[in-house]
Amino acid sequence: MSEAQPIATNARLPAVWPRLRPFATLAALLVLLAFNLAVTPNFVSWQTLNVNMTQVATIVIVSVGMTLVIATGGIDLSVGSLMAISGALAPLIFLSPFGLAHPALGVALALVVPVAAAAAFGFFNGWFITRFGVQPIVGTLVLFIAGRGIAQVMTNGNLQVFKNPSFQVIGLGRVFGVPVQVIIMLILVAAAAWMLRRTLLGRQILAVGGNERAARLSGVPVAVIKRWVYTISGFCAGIAGLVVVSINSSSDANLVGLGMELDAIAAVAVGGTPFAGGQAMVVGTLLGALIIQLLRYTLLANGVPDSAALIVKGAVIALAVWSQQRGR
Amino acid sequence: MACSIPLQQSDRSMPGLSTLLSMRDIDKHFQGARALNKASLEVGAGEIMALVGQNGAGKSTLIKVLTGAHRKDAGTIVFDDKEVAFASPQAAQAGGISTIYQEINLIPYRSVAENICLGRQPRRYGLIDWQRTNNEARRLLGRFAIDLDVRQPLAEFSTAVQQMVAIARAISFNAKLVIMDEPTSSLDENEVKVLFDVMRQLRSEGVSVIFITHRLDELFAVCDRVTVMRDGRTITTQPMSKVDKLQLVSAMLGRDREDVRVQATGFRRSPMASTGGEVLYTDALMVGYRVKSAHVEVQSGQIAGLAGLLGSGRTEVARAIFGADPASGGEIRVLGKPVHPSDPAQAIKLGIGFCTEDRKVEGIVPDMSVRENLTLALLPHLTRFGVVNEDRQREIVDRFIKRLAIKTTGPEQKIKDLSGGNQQKVLLARWLCTNPKLLILDEPTRGIDVGAKMEIQSLINELADQGLAVLMISSELEEIVEGADRVFVLSDGRTVAELSRGSIDAAAIMHAMAHDTPVTGAVNPVP
Repeated sequence: MSEAQPIATNARLPAVWPRLRPFATLAALLVLLAFNLAVTPNFVSWQTLNVNMTQVATIVIVSVGMTLVIATGGIDLSVGSLMAISGALAPLIFLSPFGLAHPALGVALALVVPVAAAAAFGFFNGWFITRFGVQPIVGTLVLFIAGRGIAQVMTNGNLQVFKNPSFQVIGLGRVFGVPVQVIIMLILVAAAAWMLRRTLLGRQILAVGGNERAARLSGVPVAVIKRWVYTISGFCAGIAGLVVVSINSSSDANLVGLGMELDAIAAVAVGGTPFAGGQAMVVGTLLGALIIQLLRYTLLANGVPDSAALIVKGAVIALAVWSQQRGR
Repeated sequence: MACSIPLQQSDRSMPGLSTLLSMRDIDKHFQGARALNKASLEVGAGEIMALVGQNGAGKSTLIKVLTGAHRKDAGTIVFDDKEVAFASPQAAQAGGISTIYQEINLIPYRSVAENICLGRQPRRYGLIDWQRTNNEARRLLGRFAIDLDVRQPLAEFSTAVQQMVAIARAISFNAKLVIMDEPTSSLDENEVKVLFDVMRQLRSEGVSVIFITHRLDELFAVCDRVTVMRDGRTITTQPMSKVDKLQLVSAMLGRDREDVRVQATGFRRSPMASTGGEVLYTDALMVGYRVKSAHVEVQSGQIAGLAGLLGSGRTEVARAIFGADPASGGEIRVLGKPVHPSDPAQAIKLGIGFCTEDRKVEGIVPDMSVRENLTLALLPHLTRFGVVNEDRQREIVDRFIKRLAIKTTGPEQKIKDLSGGNQQKVLLARWLCTNPKLLILDEPTRGIDVGAKMEIQSLINELADQGLAVLMISSELEEIVEGADRVFVLSDGRTVAELSRGSIDAAAIMHAMAHDTPVTGAVNPVP
């Protein structure tokens, strides 16, 4: 009646490999942990966990948005600069005469407005890319450059130093001993993973990345979807910016989020999300960020200088990409 | 039979011409499939030879064997009195054979002169001698009476001029043979005229041309002889003066006029079946350069066939109705209401579905599961507050897998791991589950094995019997003859014939395909 071998596929070679891939990242993390348990002094301590988790939280928060962008086949270079904008706006708000006169409202606005602004800039990225058909790497380069400029102009290039315990909950607070930014990080990872699996937006993001032309011919509003992912990426960067300035008790528009786009892209790569789009491994991204963080910590704790750690970081990314190619 | 070509006795005589190229008994296999089967091609010196055939007839493979892009399995190639086997297109170019492809292989932001002389610019003291480069370019273009500023970037000029530049570059290698693979597909009528003048100029200088095109009118305007290929074989070679379009069409399709096999498809259209009201109506539809005035009509419960040779504008008409590449003019009515879909999403809301001819590139999302692919178009209706109702989704997917007998290990299997026929069924199901009023099918059985083909055809048949309106594009005459209740034939972007039940037969369709349109490319002074 019909085909002789209906389900014939690439069953020849490592059919198990694609299924094992998500676990490969986890396995790498476990190997690193085991190594540390054996070698690094004082590794098993509440403090080690805290240091690592608080440091990795901002990277993960940004990487969640980056994962969604990359799942559509795009990339967002502007995240570091959007962090700087958000980080510069917050103290401007709660240190303003209005913010000082109404402390509670000031802090609330300092939490909401910067994140909304970063999301709006993210929307601009998406609009620019879809409206003019610009390559995402070029489209987001605009705000990568201009965004940090905007942050510096807003603060006249000044370092803003502050002490505002109720605002700084986002970077220094704890709930049952767990740092608030770690909780935010976990919520965002869970929300993104759920969104990708269960919602229309999530499925359409993957369809756009998997085959944009087929998605369009099936009625998927491709431009709208792309604007959404860049907006979400900006939103995540905005939150990360707030976390960073509240940890530092200061905001320096030159430094907040510097190089973050590359850390986030690295985390996504190590986490196993293919850059061609169509798939998104949000939990993989979390594990990827943890691997990079733990690797750096391991090397530092064992007396390897930061410069050498960079080389190892590069090697790990190369290894991750290589293993992805194998998985094809 | 008056109009069939004597297939065996090709006219090999070329009065007054010596043979420049002679390819004989060329065989070529690709992974078991036979692409060329003792194909042959002869071109005389200073001759314009047309090479025509349907998709997959073997034209491109034959050319690629000649230029060294593919290696032949058997056969001989004699070029310029020497037996040759070029190792690469570069070697062929050095040997005197230049090829100009459909997509122009030039560098848009470099100057015209650089593009012409690229790779062998005159040098002075190790630097490029711009003056000589520019003069050389001007001289080459001057042969075609084309005068332009060769220092301007190529991208500033029209496609036709870019085409000329590609040709100038090709003959600057002292080519004896220039191969043009569908050079006219993106040109307007005036540009085509200019191109033809260039071809005639080449001929008068003793350069031979192999001209591949799908537009039959062009052959008669400019070619000396024509070679027809089908199924990897050379069917015939004839002087243009001895053939007419109908003969060419039937040689390309491989049919004598009455010779279409009975019941070769899964279609069973009942001649008495009743049809409902009008679902789709278009008139004077224009799309881009290609579609000038297309008229189609489909009623519910009816399969309307859209026939025409490659390049006649069939796909463009379908895409315009679906809003994928919006129409530039004319009227479209869906269920009696005038519409102007500018996006597929709008057409889907109107109750239209569209299966593309290129399943891989525009149909499937390869890494997604059968379930995701099947419900891609329906998904917005399966959600509440943006969350997908997975129970309903699974229920619908199971139902369609069963109903269409889709062979899969389960709804979670990736669609790229299915066979072509089953992928096509999933794509049909993608639309059927949206409960459309009109389904547009562009080559619904292309690249699908025989068994699945019959299944899909009888499925389409059944859907129409249940009241669906179907607009079906097909290059296979059987599919149109047996499957369509009415047929619209496009030629050069115009609906040239409408056949209704009873008058649909292969002869009438081929006659319409070979319809005479004003011949472009009469000798004209170059602007």
